[in-house]
Amino acid sequence: MSTTTTKDHPHLAADFNRDEPRVNWHDETLWWVRAKRDIAAHKLPEWELLRETASQIKFNVLSNLSTYLEQFEANATKNGIIVHWAADAAEHNQIVHSLLEQRGITKMVKSKSMLTEECHLNDYLKDHGIDVIDSDLGERIVQLANEPPSHIVLPCIHKKKEEIGDIFHEHLGSAKGESDPKILTETARQHLREVFLTRRAALTGVNFAVAETGEFVICTNEGNADMGAHLAEIHIASMGIEKLIPERKHLGVFLRLLTRSATGQPITTYSSHFSKPQDGSEIHIIIVDNGRSIQLGREEFRNSLKCIRCGACMNTCPVYRKSGGHSYHTAVAGPIGSILAPNLDMKKYADLPFASTLCGSCSNVCPVKIDIHDQLYKWRQVIVKEGYSPKAKTMAMKAMALTLASPTLYRMGGKTGRLVFKYAPFAVNNKLNPWYNQREMPKAPDESFGEWYAKRKGAKNS
Amino acid sequence: MRVALFVPCYVDQFYPKAAIATLELLEKLGCEVHYPKNQTCCGQPMANSGYEHLTGGCNNLFVDNFAGYDYIVCPSGSCTLHIKEHLHADGKEEQATEIRKKVYELTEFLVDILRVKQLSASFPYRVGLHQSCHGLRGLRIAQMSELVAEPFSKPAQLLDMVNGLELVPLSRQDDCCGFGGTFCVVEEAVSAKMGKDRVADHVSHGAQYITSADLSCLMHLEGILRRQNSDVKVIHVAEILNHSMQ
Ligand code: SF4
Repeated sequence: MSTTTTKDHPHLAADFNRDEPRVNWHDETLWWVRAKRDIAAHKLPEWELLRETASQIKFNVLSNLSTYLEQFEANATKNGIIVHWAADAAEHNQIVHSLLEQRGITKMVKSKSMLTEECHLNDYLKDHGIDVIDSDLGERIVQLANEPPSHIVLPCIHKKKEEIGDIFHEHLGSAKGESDPKILTETARQHLREVFLTRRAALTGVNFAVAETGEFVICTNEGNADMGAHLAEIHIASMGIEKLIPERKHLGVFLRLLTRSATGQPITTYSSHFSKPQDGSEIHIIIVDNGRSIQLGREEFRNSLKCIRCGACMNTCPVYRKSGGHSYHTAVAGPIGSILAPNLDMKKYADLPFASTLCGSCSNVCPVKIDIHDQLYKWRQVIVKEGYSPKAKTMAMKAMALTLASPTLYRMGGKTGRLVFKYAPFAVNNKLNPWYNQREMPKAPDESFGEWYAKRKGAKNS
Repeated sequence: MRVALFVPCYVDQFYPKAAIATLELLEKLGCEVHYPKNQTCCGQPMANSGYEHLTGGCNNLFVDNFAGYDYIVCPSGSCTLHIKEHLHADGKEEQATEIRKKVYELTEFLVDILRVKQLSASFPYRVGLHQSCHGLRGLRIAQMSELVAEPFSKPAQLLDMVNGLELVPLSRQDDCCGFGGTFCVVEEAVSAKMGKDRVADHVSHGAQYITSADLSCLMHLEGILRRQNSDVKVIHVAEILNHSMQ
């Protein structure tokens, strides 16, 4: 459906679906996480109140963003953190590079940060001769496999343990055919320990930045953010402008929601607070816009900036589960990615708001109550109006609208049969009917209800 | 009580039996049912594809057909939701607003308005209930599994009144079937896979029939069942509730 040269979601998803057992496995793995989330959420009778509270706190943040950003900057600076501002991905990457260059650092350890994926930081640094090692286990695996993460919380959820064994055998020297998760984890641990001990620079993401105190919080299950940041002489933290919360007391709301929504754990293993640099080291924070203020200005889509990146909407999304993260061809996949990406590049991501059945599960699982499926619907209207819809589809839709607006044409069209299907196959420029590929067509009855009713004895048509 | 029957286009064309059952059921339950004969479609196929701006003609027609009734009842959750959320008409906004408030999906009408407490229907089969997403999360005719809230289901409540009917449990009680309007052709691969998995859940629990308050989902599931040469059939909930009623 997209007019770009890269493959769009339907094609990438069809590729993924060639291996049905793999789709089943992917679907079941993520459903298992969703089920764990359900158990965790249902243990808290106040769950829905928590969601509402979190949503309102974020609403306040987005409504007063500049105030909170300035407050955060002032307090962080007071604490001895050096604050940088980046308008876009390029500026963010340049700031990171210059911080390293000034110190003659050519090797950096990084913990998980979807923002740096969004900015393509690794590629940029590699091109500038800087070696980056991702220290989150899942991220490290996809990095070794030379792939982007397929999920924001579970970056290599698309890989089976045997495949990980092969990657480790090739890159980290584990035994051929080894697929025991315990042994593979130990291999990664040994490898990463060396990295933590020797890298002078560490980059982390930010989960929450507290305006009131100028501190920030990073949540990891592996403690890898701390390991990198504690030993490095410079800690660079990259955060999107929307990561703020007003006060420290609000943290409790979000920390209770985040990991329950993400993996069903009561709380992340490590919720690390950074408020000031240790003696002899520096903390830099880069506050990045990269299209967020444009989204803030789009009133109908503003709520998408409430996202705390828990990934629950992806785990619950039947389309994500059955099409795989890479089919979204953007850093943040799934339902939330599909409403964030068109803001960055409407043409390139014109396919994504259509990669949904609008089932609404995402909006109801979301811990900050983002109206995801309603935004998907609204993006579709915007994308069509902006002209990023295939011409054939527009023509078919016009014909359909005309027919359905006229009872006479409708009845004629109905007689010639299968009105819906007559107009349906427009979507792919394909002579075959995509419905019929894996499904039988409905059997057309002898008469429509309207025809039956007209003949009904004693019928009074109103 | 003057009730207008709204029969969505695809039900009219492909599943007249469901519409007939709806009409008969409402009449048996004492409603004065009218069928405005110039009705066509709610406009959802265009709107969900991003062409809401082309639905003006449909909307106007809908208002002309359905203004002035006490209630508008429709045997499709999806179309009902579309009308409820998106019906607007230039120069007729007042009537459109009235219609948005008065339009009901059949099972919610039976439970909430008619307050049906018993039925004389019998349907001695094992039945799987597919909760269509638009009915479930849009109209809230049942509780969704994502929310921490009391479970309920209006279609299940009615099916429980049917003699001999056994509702089968499902592993995933409210996963989407993958129909999704034009999604079913735009995203054929994923749509068909979702449908196959929904069907498998019902079949593996021994369902002989799959029922739903939404025929669009059933049309999709039926297409898959028939391709698999399965004995399992689909049936609209109205047909079960109207089955051999005295
Ligand atoms: S949109 Fe909501 S559910 Fe999805 S990742 Fe963000 S916070 Fe989580």
